[in-house]
Formats: sequence, structure tokens, C-alpha cells
Amino acid sequence: MPTMTFTIEDLNNLHLDVLREIGNIGSGNAASALAKMINKRIDMDVPIVQILAFEDVAAILGGEEMVVAGIYFEVEGDITGNIMFLLDIASSKILTSILMGREDGSEELDEMDRSALQEVGNILSGSYISSLSALTGLKIKLSVPSLCIDMAGAILSVPAIQFSQTSDKIVLIETLLKEGSNQVKGNFFLIPDSKSFDKLLQSLGVYS
Amino acid sequence: MQKVIKVGMADLQVVEEPHILTTLGLGSCVGIALYDKQKKIAGLAHIMLPSSTQIKNNSNLAKFADTAIDLLIKEMVKRGASTARLKAKITGGAQMFSFGNNGGDLMKIGYRNVIATKEILELYKIDILAEDTGGNHGRTIEFYSETGDLLVKTIGFGLKTI
Repeated sequence: MPTMTFTIEDLNNLHLDVLREIGNIGSGNAASALAKMINKRIDMDVPIVQILAFEDVAAILGGEEMVVAGIYFEVEGDITGNIMFLLDIASSKILTSILMGREDGSEELDEMDRSALQEVGNILSGSYISSLSALTGLKIKLSVPSLCIDMAGAILSVPAIQFSQTSDKIVLIETLLKEGSNQVKGNFFLIPDSKSFDKLLQSLGVYS
Repeated sequence: MQKVIKVGMADLQVVEEPHILTTLGLGSCVGIALYDKQKKIAGLAHIMLPSSTQIKNNSNLAKFADTAIDLLIKEMVKRGASTARLKAKITGGAQMFSFGNNGGDLMKIGYRNVIATKEILELYKIDILAEDTGGNHGRTIEFYSETGDLLVKTIGFGLKTI
């Protein structure tokens, strides 16, 4: 086996397929966890998995100044790093309205909503992580969530800085969840440390 | 005609009067604005990390406080600015997320970026006229080459000129 370090630029289609599968199962788990929580049917589109340059991430979210909710976790265990669950503000409001049983999704988010959002981020992220854990056999633990609602650029600077030490690209799993006519778009970012990235791919059996 | 030039992440730009430099959604990164008042030359760097010496992947000079400030000064001098006349204003370096007691190095990166920026500016003997750093919120900045004013916009923390 070559001793070269694996970087995210070396990801090939096979890796992408595996990540897509993790995204698929993770999103499925996330959707059923959410459905259970609100006791309503949740549908899900096939998630889109992308490897992106950081400058393009903000554009996907509607620009650097777009207000978004980011829920950030530290990952510990066999692999270390961070994950971030990102929702645009419209999706955040819809999600909290569903959770709080409100009709209207236009209200400003209060403390209770923020806490609910943090919790739902926790559950959804946990779903991705358990699918990752199940597929790789790696033990992965999440820290408590930390929520920040601010400009997309500012929130993304945190994973961007972390990633910039190894690469300028990230893995994004974009999931569309639907409850009735409500659509919630969740963006799940996987940010393993460079060493963990090797380990992750090795565990997936796709290290080439 | 007045142009607004965008400075991306790990990027730097220099303009002359009457143009404006802007960077959107600054978080833990630091925006370093340098100004030569006499020549009305403005430079803005958007750095992500404190030092190029602690990291292997360091080919982008605009990414680090040390190499970005050095390059920014060079670019400004090329346009006719004088290092001795340069004054600085700095913004950003926020801690967007907090994890209770143990934040780890990553969580303190904003703070470390600010400290490194100040140290490097000190090396070049460039005074810092004003700063709006730290906190836990993002900032969008506009830097005016006509006046040297730096406008800082936030979500929920108001608007100010430094």
C-alpha cells in the first residue's frame, strides 16, 4: 500500500458512491427520527453528495451574507474532526414551527426555538453518524451541539479554517426533507481530520 | 466609476481612490485593512490562519497572517504606497461556536488570528488605528479608499464605522 497521504482531492467516483450511500442511509435515518419526533410522515429526496471548494459552499447557501443556522459538533472516537448541520433560515423556521406545532413559519426564532433547533440538529446529525459508524465499524462519538445563527460566510469560516490546514474542499451531503407542503433543506458537512480521512476510507474498504 | 472589489477567503486586493474593498461574512478569519492616506491606496487581506510556518499546505500566501501582510505591503508599495505611512484597521476573529469549557485550539482560532495579526503588524511598525474583533458574530466589511473608513455590518449587532 502506498504511504502517501490521502487528500480529499484524490477522492474518486467509488469514494463518492460510498459517501453517497452513507448520505442516503444517514438521511433515511434522520428522516425517520424526525418523523418519530413530530409524529408525522416525512419524505426524503435522494441526497446529493458533493465535494466542493469552500468559496462555492456559501453560494449554494445563497451567498456569504445569507443568514443560516449552523449546528456544530466535535467528533471523537476512532476518527476525530467535526461535523456541521446547516439549515437556511427559512428551513429553520419551518422546522421549529413543525416541532412547536405552530401554523406559521414566519416568526423570529426565540430561545425555545433555538434550543429545539439544537436538539433536532443533534438527532439528525446523530443519524448520519450512526450510519457512518455502522458502515465502517468505527466507533464515533459526538460532542454536545453548539448552535450559531449568523451569516453563512462567518459560520462556514469555522470548518473552512479547519479544512484549510489539509485542503480547500469539503464533503457536503444535501438532504431535502418534506412534511406535507413544507420543505426543509438540510446540509450536512463532514469534516474529518486529515488522519481520520485516511482511516475512514480504509474502513470503507475503498482505499486505493 | 467607483468599483466595489470583493476580497474572498484567503485572498487580498489593493485599490486606489475611489474604489471600495469588501469582504462578506467574516467569521473567525481576520480582515486586515491597510491604508496610505497620502496616496489614498487601500489594501485588504482576508486571512484564515495565524502562521504559514506551522503548516505544510501553505502555497496560498493570502491565507496566513504573516505571509498575507508581507504580500499586501509589497503590492501596496508597488502601487506607490509607502510602508512608513501605512496604518491598519483590523476586524473579525470571532468565535462562532462555543463548546463549554473545552474549546480546543480550533475554537480559539479567531483569537489566535487576531494576536498573530497584531504581532506581524508590530514587526512592520504599522500602527493599528482601530479594531473590531472577537465576539461571537460575523461581520461584513467595506473599506473606502477615499477616506480610509472601514464600515462593519453585522446581523443583530448593528453597524459601525471604525
